[in-house]
This record gives sequence, C-alpha cells and structure tokens, in this order.
Amino acid sequence: MIEFDSSVLERPQPETASTLLQLNGLKTHYPIRKGLLGRVRGHVKAVDGVSLDIREGETLGLVGESGCGKSTIGRTILRLEQSTGGQILYKGEDITRYSTPKMRPLRTEMQMIFQDPFSSLNPWMRVKDILKEPMLAHGKATASTADAEVDRLLDAVGIPRSYKDRYVHEFSGGQRQRIGIARALSLNPKFIVCDEPVSALDVSIQAQVLNLLKELQKELGLTYLFIAHGLGAVKYISTRIAVMYLGKVVEIGTKDEIFRNPKHPYTRILLNAYPVPNPHLRGREKIVVQGDVPSPANPPSGCRFHTRCPFAQELCRQEEPPLAADGTNGGHAAACHFTL
Amino acid sequence: MNDLLEVEEIETVFRTERGEVTSVDGVSFRLKAGETLGIVGESGCGKSVTSLSIMSLLGKNGSIRRGEIRLNGRKITGLAESAMRRIRGSEVSMIFQDPMTSLNPVFTIGSQLIESISLHLKLKNRQARDHAIDMLRKVGISRPEEIMDEYPHKLSGGMRQRVMIAIALSCKPKLLIADEPTTALDVTIQAQILDLMKKLREETGTAIMLITHDLGVVAEMADRVIVMYAGQVVEEADVFTLFDKPLHPYTIGLMSSIPHLDADDDETLASIPGTVPPLQNMPSGCRFHTRCPLAREKCSALAPPLLEMAEGHRVRCWAAQGDMEGYETQAKGEFL
Ligand SMILES: Nc1ncnc2c1ncn2[C@@H]1O[C@H](COP(=O)(O)OP(=O)(O)OP(=O)(O)O)[C@@H](O)[C@H]1O
Ligand SMILES: Nc1ncnc2c1ncn2[C@@H]1O[C@H](COP(=O)(O)OP(=O)(O)OP(=O)(O)O)[C@@H](O)[C@H]1O
Ligand code: SF4
Ligand SMILES: [Mg+2]
Ligand SMILES: [Mg+2]
Repeated sequence: MIEFDSSVLERPQPETASTLLQLNGLKTHYPIRKGLLGRVRGHVKAVDGVSLDIREGETLGLVGESGCGKSTIGRTILRLEQSTGGQILYKGEDITRYSTPKMRPLRTEMQMIFQDPFSSLNPWMRVKDILKEPMLAHGKATASTADAEVDRLLDAVGIPRSYKDRYVHEFSGGQRQRIGIARALSLNPKFIVCDEPVSALDVSIQAQVLNLLKELQKELGLTYLFIAHGLGAVKYISTRIAVMYLGKVVEIGTKDEIFRNPKHPYTRILLNAYPVPNPHLRGREKIVVQGDVPSPANPPSGCRFHTRCPFAQELCRQEEPPLAADGTNGGHAAACHFTL
Repeated sequence: MNDLLEVEEIETVFRTERGEVTSVDGVSFRLKAGETLGIVGESGCGKSVTSLSIMSLLGKNGSIRRGEIRLNGRKITGLAESAMRRIRGSEVSMIFQDPMTSLNPVFTIGSQLIESISLHLKLKNRQARDHAIDMLRKVGISRPEEIMDEYPHKLSGGMRQRVMIAIALSCKPKLLIADEPTTALDVTIQAQILDLMKKLREETGTAIMLITHDLGVVAEMADRVIVMYAGQVVEEADVFTLFDKPLHPYTIGLMSSIPHLDADDDETLASIPGTVPPLQNMPSGCRFHTRCPLAREKCSALAPPLLEMAEGHRVRCWAAQGDMEGYETQAKGEFL
C-alpha cells in the first residue's frame, strides 16, 4: 500500500452531506461545420439534458458507451467547454456563465484527471515542473517548499522520487496517468473529475490508485465525479452510479441498487458483457448491444435506446420515457417505459 | 516452417540526460502465423518499448543495443528507415497505446484512412473511401460518413482509439501489434473489436501481439502469454497453464488482484505492494525480490535464469525452479 501524507492537503472535514454540485438539464451541443465557409450544418448533441446532484464527500460514478458524452460532461462542469443549455450550480451558486476571472478561484478547487495522459501533459516538461508550476502560480507552495511537496505527491502516486527530473515523454502510459493524478492533487482540490483515471493501468496499479483516491477522499473530504466505461472500478469506488446513453442519463441509483437491481435494459447489458478472466470460458455467448450506434447529431425518436433495445415496443419509438424525478434526490430511477 | 516473428535476446536502451537506461533487457519470444501472443506486466515494465523496438520506432534517443528481430526469417533489426517504412503498415501494423501519436491532428479522419488503404490495398479513390467508411462502421463508429470529414480532436477518446484500430486492421497485416487496443472502450464495443481481430486472424492468418493489462481480454484472445517484469520476461506459458497454474510469484500476485476489482466490499483492494524499481537502479539478483513475499537471501544475491519447467512453460524464479516446495500456496496467501 502507498502511504500518503495528508499534511500536504490539510482540509477540514465537511460536516454534512450537502449538495456540492448540481446539474439542471445541462446541454452541451457541438456545432458541425461544413464546407469552406464553415457553415453550421447541425449539432452533435453530446450532452443533451442531464440533471443530477453530487453531494459533498461522495463519489458519483458515470458510466456508458464510448462517445456517449461522459468526458463532455466533465469538461463542461469545469468550464473547459461552454454549455449550450441548462445550469451548473456549485455550492448553490450558478457558475454556468461565470467569466474567466470569476472562475479563477474555483479553478483550484475543481480539478480534472484527464482521460488521455499523452496529450494532457506537455511531453517536453520535467515532472517536477509539471507539479510545481500550478502550486507556485496559485500560491500553494513557495520556491523553498515546492520540492518537498513534489516528493510527497510522487510518493502518493507510486512514482520513484528519483524520476522527478525526467521529461514526461520518457514515461510509460501508466506512469503518465499517475503524474496526471499527482498534478490534480497538487492544488488541494475539493472536487475532482476523474476521467477514466485507471483505464490505462494494470490491475495491481489500478488497485493502488483506487485505494489512494479512496483514502484521500476519506482524509480530505474530496468529492469525485468518476468517469469510466465499465462497471468494474466504478463498483469499488462509487457511492452512487449514473448510467449514460447517447447524451442522457438513463439510470441513476446507489451502487447496490444499480448492481443488485438494475432497471434499465442498457444497464443490464453493461453488467453482462464482461470478458471474464478465465480462458476456459472463452467464446461464451455474451449479451451485447446489437446494431449500429445511433448518431448523437440525430438521435432516435422516443427512447434513444429503442433502436438497439431487445424489449422495444411501439410506445418506445414514439414517446421519450422520463427519468423519474427522484433520480436527483437520491432515489433509484430509470428512464424506460418498461422498467425491468 | 519458420516462425513469422522471432525476437531474440533484445536489449533496448535510451539515452537520457542522466545517462543511459535499459528498458528491455534480453527479451525473446516467437510468434507463428495465426497465433496470438498476450503480453502482460506492470506499468513501465517494457511492453510498449518491446513493440516499438519491433517497429523500429524508438526515436532518436532509443536504440536496440543487442539481439536480433526477424520477420519471416529476414533480419529487420538495423534495416534502413526506407525499408522499414515499407514493412510498417503493410506487413506489420500497430495499434498504438497513444492514439494521438498515430493520428495526424491536421488531417481529417477520412484522408488518413484513405491514404493508408489506397497505399496498402491498392484501391482506387472511390473504393478506398467506401472501404474506409465500412471499416469505421465495423469498429462501431456512428455516423461514419460525417466522421470521415472530422479532425481527430473532435472525437472522443474511445472513438480515436477505434479510428486507429480501423487503420491498422484495414491493411490486413501479417503481424498486428496491438498495444492496449481496448482500454478506452466499453465492454460491448470491446467485444466487437475483439471479434474483428479474431476474424482477421482466421481470414488472413494474421499473427497478433496483444499487449493488455486486462486479463479478461488475455483469457479471451491469447494462445500464449508472456509476463514481463522490469524489462525482462519472467514467465511464459500457454494461456490455460498460465491462468490455471501460474508459477512466478509476480504472476500469482497479478492473478490474485483480479477478482477483487469486482469484490462487493468496502475493503482495500489487493495489490502487489511496492512499485517497479527505477531503471537506473535495478536491484541485484532477482529483480522482483524487493517486492516478493517469498524472497530469501539467494534471491537478492543471484539472478535466476529463465528456465523451461514444463513444455513451453518458462519461469524466472528460484522458488519455482525447485528451491521451495509448496511456495505457490504461500504466495497466494501473501497477496490476499
Ligand atoms: N470538441 C468537439 N467538437 C465536436 N464534437 C465533439 C468534440 N468533443 C467531443 N465531441 C463529440 O461529442 C460526443 C461525446 O464525446 P465525449 O468525449 O464526451 O464522449 P465520452 O463519453 O467521453 O467517450 P469515450 O468513452 O470514448 O471517451 C462524441 O460524438 C464526440 O465525437
Ligand atoms: N523515450 C524514453 N526515454 C527514456 N525512458 C523511456 C522512454 N520510453 C520509455 N522509457 C522507460 O522505459 C520503461 C518501459 O516503458 P514502456 O513504455 O515500455 O512501459 P509499458 O510496459 O508499456 O508500461 P504501460 O503499461 O504503463 O504502458 C519505463 O520505465 C519508461 O519510463
Ligand atoms: S423504453 Fe423501451 S426501448 Fe427504451 S430501454 Fe425501455 S424497453 Fe428499451
Ligand atoms: Mg471520454
Ligand atoms: Mg505501454
């Protein structure tokens, strides 16, 4: 196990589990431009009306198919992408249209561990500078304390201290991912969007990183939005889980409810299609989603899942099933006309 | 018949500001046509550098210091860049761990796919375009016609990975090196991609070198597996033997970390304690001894050889080579 010295990130514990972040009907549509004049010919509805809360100190797992809008939600919350509809409330304050200077103090509180460790870290920088720069810029360390902080952050993510003078391009994929985690931790954040932070890691290091994230959360009262494409890691780390399909949340509930009593056909399929680590079971029939992935620029009518759902009826093609309202206040809800 | 790929005792080094580091140290393996070799091992153990050595893509600071790589009996180590370029993409293609290194940010997805397809499959423009769209659809990309005109940064992480897979598979290589090909993909799309790779293997006899940390994928795809640790092969076996009866304590530890990800509890996940030792500072003796629960004096003093314990089952560990009866049970216990 990795020891983490929490004195780097001292922070009082939250007293009650109040809502830290709330999304109300959030939309992020990307324009599709065509031709020489770059005329807008339509929109990719990457996030298309998402409502959920994240409570202080909890981990909300966000899972769903590749391209369904998970990273876009994360980037929109951190205002790296401008939303095109709906609201983002952080500690009750509407930050949806905050200007850059107004966002600045929040930039230290809200951090992101990026999905792609290759393009999110400048390959020609040294590890220690990657970690020091934000700490110095935001006054979280001084020139004299920064080195010690760098050592502690590296210890925390299991990278030998002796590597701090190395350039990022000299590291392997998994090592870069851990540098990204160390950078996110360097500013004493309160809320971290973890975008597939362990997908690139081998099982043993996955376990180390997940244990670390969990320990930090306990000690420092961190809140996570934990994005993943599968349910494995999410199951271990999440308090609640939201399942997305094509820009919308289709099911949300506590971890136990999602695993023990999945209600949406898509969630069922996600739970079922795992390759099992046993070569004697290879080639076993898996239940997979059939059919082409529909276009987020032109989503299917009615229930967006109807083109691939084994249970779809006429009603599904015509009417969009709502996500029952209690999905935003802790209940278990699924957007399906025929919840299982 | 010759093996398609023979990697013999290669050592790959990088020049850095702090001197030279050895990333791959005496790695050997063979691969026949139609065969799939899984490569697993902790982050930083040299999996990607091994494959980049085969592709001869080590950058200006990297080089293969000793050893030899042969493709179809022909030595490709030391080949001129122009000759290597002809091999890459036609005989050997690679799915890179980092999609952005192989996708050019200033060209559309379509032009990159078409270029590779028309170059290697000798198709005319129209046909190449149709083939490209078809490949995108096969890797599960929605609205493939529109995506053809998009630039890489407009795609999600998993979509980029799939575009790269489409490029690598479209030229029907003899050898496919897939470095973490499905890490960014959800289970359904992963299953679809694995099926595509299986089909390619059956139809064109492509040999696959599959690097992945997902032991589920290894179990599903591989015929044989090599386990690497700190730049060396520490175990090699056919896939069934490796899962049923792993011999190296590191492999045993790896296997015991799996089910815990699915564990339904709030406990700490099992992991192999410690980290891979730094390259400049490799421990003496067995490189795993600093983390091995079974390490004894001999382990820190003498480096164990890679020995064949049963047919096709090689292992680099003193305990496994007969020094310790019943060590497997003990190792399992230690990692839980
Ligand atoms: N900058 C952009 N411009 C235009 N479209 C974009 C942009 N970024 C993402 N998209 C599109 O938005 C959709 C959602 O992308 P997003 O990256 O949020 O998916 P994701 O759920 O994170 O997928 P993955 O699991 O593959 O990372 C995709 O169809 C993608 O092509
Ligand atoms: N260009 C380079 N210069 C110096 N060292 C390098 C370079 N590329 C890789 N290394 C080092 O070589 C070792 C092996 O790296 P490699 O990328 O092969 O690991 P890997 O097994 O693929 O790990 P991962 O699972 O994290 O991708 C690592 O310690 C890495 O830091
Ligand atoms: S609403 Fe209909 S189509 Fe949608 S998931 Fe439920 S059963 Fe399937
Ligand atoms: Mg993403
Ligand atoms: Mg690698």
